[in-house]
Amino acid sequence: MAEVMAEIILVPKRKIDIKLEAEVITPDSFAGKSADEIGNLSVWQGPETYPLSEFFEVKGSGGSSAAETLIRIKGDVFRVKRIGEGMSAGKIEIEGSAGIHLGTGMKGGEILVFGDSDSWAGMEMTGGLLHIKGNAGDHVGCAYRGKWHGMKGGRIVIDGSARHQLGGGMDGGEIFVEGNVEGFCGIRQNGGLIVVKGKALRGVGAEMAAGTIVIWGKIERFSPGFEFTGVEEGLTPGGVELTGKFKKFTGDYAISKRAKGVLYAAADANPEL
Amino acid sequence: MAGTIAIKNGYVFDPLNEINGEIMDIFVKSGKVVKELSAAEIKEAKVIDASGMTVMPGGVDSHSHVAGAKVNAGRIMRPEDHYKSTIQKTSLTHSGSGYTVPSVYKQGYDYAAMGYTTVFEAAIPPLEARHTHEEMRATPLLDMGGYLVLGNNFFMMRYLREGEIERAAAYVAWMMKTHKAYGIKCVNPAGVENWGWGKNIHSLDEANIHFEITPREIIKGLSEINELLGMPMPLHLHANNLGHPGCYKLAMDSLKIPDGIKPRQNMDVEWAETKMDPARDRSVYLAHMMFNSFGGTTWADFESEVKEIAGYINNKDHVVIDSGCVPFGEATSMTGDGPAVHDLYMVTGNKWSNTDVEMECGSGVMPFTYLKSSGVHSVQWAMGLECLLLINDPWKTIMTTDSPNGGPFTKYPEVMTWLMSEAFRKQTFSECHKWANDRSELGGVNRELSLYDLAILTRANPAQTIGMVHRKGSLGVGADGDVTVYNINPQQLDPNNYEALLRTFRKAEYTVKGGEIVAVKGEIVSVPEKRTYYSNVHVEDEREKEMLADVKEWFRYYTLGFANYPTPEKYLANPIPIEVNGER
Repeated sequence: MAEVMAEIILVPKRKIDIKLEAEVITPDSFAGKSADEIGNLSVWQGPETYPLSEFFEVKGSGGSSAAETLIRIKGDVFRVKRIGEGMSAGKIEIEGSAGIHLGTGMKGGEILVFGDSDSWAGMEMTGGLLHIKGNAGDHVGCAYRGKWHGMKGGRIVIDGSARHQLGGGMDGGEIFVEGNVEGFCGIRQNGGLIVVKGKALRGVGAEMAAGTIVIWGKIERFSPGFEFTGVEEGLTPGGVELTGKFKKFTGDYAISKRAKGVLYAAADANPEL
Repeated sequence: MAGTIAIKNGYVFDPLNEINGEIMDIFVKSGKVVKELSAAEIKEAKVIDASGMTVMPGGVDSHSHVAGAKVNAGRIMRPEDHYKSTIQKTSLTHSGSGYTVPSVYKQGYDYAAMGYTTVFEAAIPPLEARHTHEEMRATPLLDMGGYLVLGNNFFMMRYLREGEIERAAAYVAWMMKTHKAYGIKCVNPAGVENWGWGKNIHSLDEANIHFEITPREIIKGLSEINELLGMPMPLHLHANNLGHPGCYKLAMDSLKIPDGIKPRQNMDVEWAETKMDPARDRSVYLAHMMFNSFGGTTWADFESEVKEIAGYINNKDHVVIDSGCVPFGEATSMTGDGPAVHDLYMVTGNKWSNTDVEMECGSGVMPFTYLKSSGVHSVQWAMGLECLLLINDPWKTIMTTDSPNGGPFTKYPEVMTWLMSEAFRKQTFSECHKWANDRSELGGVNRELSLYDLAILTRANPAQTIGMVHRKGSLGVGADGDVTVYNINPQQLDPNNYEALLRTFRKAEYTVKGGEIVAVKGEIVSVPEKRTYYSNVHVEDEREKEMLADVKEWFRYYTLGFANYPTPEKYLANPIPIEVNGER
């Protein structure tokens, strides 16, 4: 990341009713633009388009490249969709919560959310870092509806918990969750790494073909298509140190007999497995 | 005056009139090509200066899947096909989305942007005819029609089994009128019926379950009926065992069945002026030849056998084919051949759907991605082009991708460029799996199609094959004023500069439909009315009455009432019945 970054500050002007489609909020599209030019970028709201300045006060200007551009959103943008979509470099900091499709398809750079993020954060991302300090919704790092290939690279860190289908169809990259996840974490995973420090609900790794899932807490209703292969002591997946014994499984063999997925479950939290 | 235009000084390629790149003016008055316009008319007409450009009749696609239940199933089951491929609404055009299975509006605009004005839906299940017509009606800009799927129809199988060819013919005639369909489609004859019992058919002389009829009997029966009735087009055949290694033998044997059946096109229409005889001279039209030309015995020794079928076709005059090219990338398999799609599912594990259309046919739909890294897919790419390059006479070939089976029709520019440029083929060989070269003949082919050949493959021959030359496929006087202007100067054409060819084919400089400019450089600028064609086939009243008595008797096995079966004309946009077999 560049040493000195030009900073753009977006301050929400008012409460937003119909959600905004704001894929223009990226370092890539802000780079090289003045506050006025950025304010004139258009966003869809329902069937209409408006200039960004209709909803945000814009201060500062973009750097000469995306990598030299920092966007700081001062306030809650839970009703603003697609922030950081496809960004390649630079940084976005959100001092509040973010709406759905945050960092969808991001290729590089960094997004830091101090609040929560709604569903589909990091959908199909290929690179960069997405760090959510609060909780995340469903489909983190997932594939789009109907597709079986999700996140391909980069790193998602969630300090809180996430909901269903985290890492669905994931091909590569890493997702770390400090808290818990709900159902179908790593469903149809094809590669990459998912680490959950808390517990998980049913369907973990369902139909996974490859990749690794580590659950440090209790797994409710363990997927039936996995086979126990042994016990390992202490893991450091993706550089995160996890102590204690882990039961190692491979699968999911429920449909394919050639699956190469690996699932670790903490031994202490899952005595019945 | 609406629909009146002068297209001046272009290099004209009109194969049906044997015009090969002559600099000419084309005049259209009130939607029809005319010899000239009066001074007064010229004053009011729009004028396109086409100097230095290529002028062809509007593109005609005789085999595409653009309307009906299976296309819609593809749209519904593929949200991932839509989210990255969208167009915004304008004051003139609708919004739309979809890449391999676009929404109806986007389909119309995308075809017109490439210079196409006429598209035929290649498979209408009779029970889905209303749905198909509703979608065709909603597809803007394109003149359309469709082929009725009859190869596994209960009535057909029964009549043919019992040798009642006249009654079967009366049934086909009635079905064409009833469902406003244009031609006869035959998909995996006898095999789709077996699929209802979890089975298929793997040879021409294997009888199917219950009806105990063989594919050979159905192909023979339908092609005889086709000529007995004087249909505009030959039987459109999707041979048995399609898509399996080694299927080419069965396809070739199937083509031998209609050999000797004399084409007899009997339509009461006003023909546009053409130098060539516009009458159809083929008795069988093989659909997506690539998918019927698989060699080898497994996917491991899979290879192209296009040369075998092409060799046969080169020596015979009763066959015309469309290619079913594979341009690599995303596709959606959709076919009336349910078992073929199930077998694809077994290979890929992709999501799929299957439907049984009661008493009539079936279908299957599945997303498919053709990869340059895959050996089999790379051979299929080579095979599609072989179909069009190893058959010597361009009048026996039609360029298609069997859209969206081999790939979406929006990839036609790639296919056209591969056909015209050996350099582009070499480039693709260097990017794809070596099997493409090792297991096909394409690498040794240095034939490069001319613009004249291309006009045959994409306009003149599809129109002639399906019997639409009375209006489409030529720029002869009396033809519909459908014209494509490509920004290519034939004098400076360099096949090695394939990037330039790709660019020009993707966005026609002008697309003119019925004398109205509808697209300029790929932008839609007007949306005039469209038309729908169907065959109004006549048979003797007595014969029809006798046939209907039997149909009504058996109709109790349908889940709908007889009165609700037909598709009324109100489902069609500007219906144009083509009177067939009128003098009987």
